[in-house]
Amino acid sequence: MEKEQDKILNEITQGDYKYGFYTNIEMETFPKGLNEDVVRMISAKKKEPEFLLEFRLKAFRHWKKMKMPDWAQLNIPEIDYQNIIYYAAPKKKPELESLDEVDPELRETFDKLGIALDEQKRLTGVAVDAVIDSVSVKTTFKETLAELGIIFSSFSEAVREHPDLVRKYLGSVVPYSDNFFAALNSAVFSDGSFCYIPKGVRCPMELSTYFRINAANTGQFERTLIVADESSYVSYLEGCTAPQRDENQLHAAIVEIIAHESAEVKYSTVQNWYPGDKNGLGGIFNFVTKRGICKGDNSKISWTQVETGSAITWKYPSCILKGNNSSAEFYSVAVTNNHQQADTGTKMIHIGKNTRSLIVSKGISAGNSQNSYRGLVKVLKNADNARNFSQCDSLLLGDKCGAHTFPYIEANNSSSVVEHEATTSKIGEDQIFYCNQRGISTEDAIGLIVNGYTKEVLNKLPMEFAVEAQKLLQISLEGSVG
Amino acid sequence: MLIIKDLHAEIDGKEILKGINLELKAGEVHAIMGPNGSGKSTLASVISGRDLVKVTKGKVIYKGNNLLDMSPEARSHAGIFLGFQYPIEIPGVSIINFMKTALNEHRKARGEDAISPSDFLKLMREKKALVEIDSSLVNRSVNEGFSGGEKKRNEIFQMAMLEPELAILDETDSGLDIDALRTVANGVNKLKTPKNATIVITHYQRLLDYIIPDRVHVLYKGRIVKSSGRELAMELEEKGYDWIKKELAND
Repeated sequence: MEKEQDKILNEITQGDYKYGFYTNIEMETFPKGLNEDVVRMISAKKKEPEFLLEFRLKAFRHWKKMKMPDWAQLNIPEIDYQNIIYYAAPKKKPELESLDEVDPELRETFDKLGIALDEQKRLTGVAVDAVIDSVSVKTTFKETLAELGIIFSSFSEAVREHPDLVRKYLGSVVPYSDNFFAALNSAVFSDGSFCYIPKGVRCPMELSTYFRINAANTGQFERTLIVADESSYVSYLEGCTAPQRDENQLHAAIVEIIAHESAEVKYSTVQNWYPGDKNGLGGIFNFVTKRGICKGDNSKISWTQVETGSAITWKYPSCILKGNNSSAEFYSVAVTNNHQQADTGTKMIHIGKNTRSLIVSKGISAGNSQNSYRGLVKVLKNADNARNFSQCDSLLLGDKCGAHTFPYIEANNSSSVVEHEATTSKIGEDQIFYCNQRGISTEDAIGLIVNGYTKEVLNKLPMEFAVEAQKLLQISLEGSVG
Repeated sequence: MLIIKDLHAEIDGKEILKGINLELKAGEVHAIMGPNGSGKSTLASVISGRDLVKVTKGKVIYKGNNLLDMSPEARSHAGIFLGFQYPIEIPGVSIINFMKTALNEHRKARGEDAISPSDFLKLMREKKALVEIDSSLVNRSVNEGFSGGEKKRNEIFQMAMLEPELAILDETDSGLDIDALRTVANGVNKLKTPKNATIVITHYQRLLDYIIPDRVHVLYKGRIVKSSGRELAMELEEKGYDWIKKELAND
């Protein structure tokens, strides 16, 4: 039995990361290392306005004084920030008139990733912004969306064409001084996506950004800024992959969401950065700051994340519920296998009256991995009738992995109700055998059980993403019962 | 259909089965009785392929094939069904989904296409009626929060869905009140055909009032010590297992 399982485990862990290829595209890169000159070079390269350079420099100076946080349940090897390339871009001019101008190698890359950059994608109702290493290479359906007044473009383009909007909102939810990685990102971010939905507009298609790290020794620092004006709606998807390499690569992104009065933003992520091999060699270090603010009354923000990749995940998509009657949701499935480590969760900050938040977190740990949920629910003094319900479940496969839950609650208003439920369970051999006896193979049995366990979260994803996520979960866990 | 020859098996190095011989033909119902710890459930585990039991000696031939070489799921596809003594809970997985997956795996093994949703629902309706299972039960997660009776009924329902050739019912009567016992037994009887066979493992005679066995075997300390017709069950009920123990001691 054990041998059989080792065999399956080997097969799976060696073959499963199908996005591990590397594309040979001519790149322009800066020398390794980080100093004020590099920050200025990035800004100059992108012909940025003065305010942005100032923003970067302030962030950089602040970052230099900061220390990497060590409070997470993570074992992080020392990261040499001077050994990272902070800017890498495909050499070809990134601004393209038509799709035919996209570097064929690059198109092939996205084809391999199953991301069609062409008009066909329209049929499935998704507009895509593709970011490779440091720059956005193509945004689809810009024109269609523009007719509705929706701005969906790369961050650099937004800086050029809508500097006032960028200036108004950049750093308004995640200030550069927020944390070590946010400060680093604010200093060196290269590109990302920008999205603005005007008043009263319901975005007719899913907006999606696809991030790809391609170059070696390179860090990826992208920024996403989503602004939903009064009574607007948008559903946003984010996907990510990286080549299979023996060295660790750093990814430190920032996502900021602003929801004005009665606006609704749904943000879904399927995070599939390279997780490293079965012995824990290589993989992406994923240190991400995602935060939204329900700024206006009756606004709503919903985060849904499926985290299967990365060697280390440090990520807490959060919501500030400022507007009265605003609501926020956080749905998460975090899977760790082999030597992966994840410390992820959310923060819900209730400021407005009658604000509601819901947290559903499903952790799955297998192999030698460590999986932690860390969440904060904070109710401020004036947040009358604030409500939170949190459910944090952990599922263990095998006996060498760990699951941890760190819920923090600070309630400063006596009319608030904060509830927390947590469970830990194991996929037992008896469950597997029960399925086997009914004719279901062990692999399928795990898939069935994991899907049953994560259903509540996967149901929140847009349809095609949900199917992909389901497959991804199964692949990530195959052969992991021991 | 099933031939067991000189079967020895152990759990964690402790020998539980010490030379079992048993032969079962299509259309037959055999009852295996015996006091606690005599090895009844271990025998069921060996036939269904549970890997915590290690076979050290002997043979199990099922429809001419060496059963011990087959994986548990292959045995299931070949028509072996185990009604669990303690059915397992699988949270989040509905019975409908569970049964559909199982049924389609069986069909795949036979080279058939997956069943259409409408045919599947029809089949479910038919089998639900057969075993008198509550309609709402199938929408719930497998065995989660089920009462003892509901769990056992669910086992018989699954048996009806998969139409096995050899069903082993491990203490299906334990924990059932008389009404539930009757329903479960009725289900088993309705599923009986000249082509399939059933092994009923039970501690008490009362189930055998409803499911009439062709043969009754008494398992004691890892061996079948007595085999006879139905009357053996009555005798056991009357005299208790001490009678067998004494008889053995006298031999």
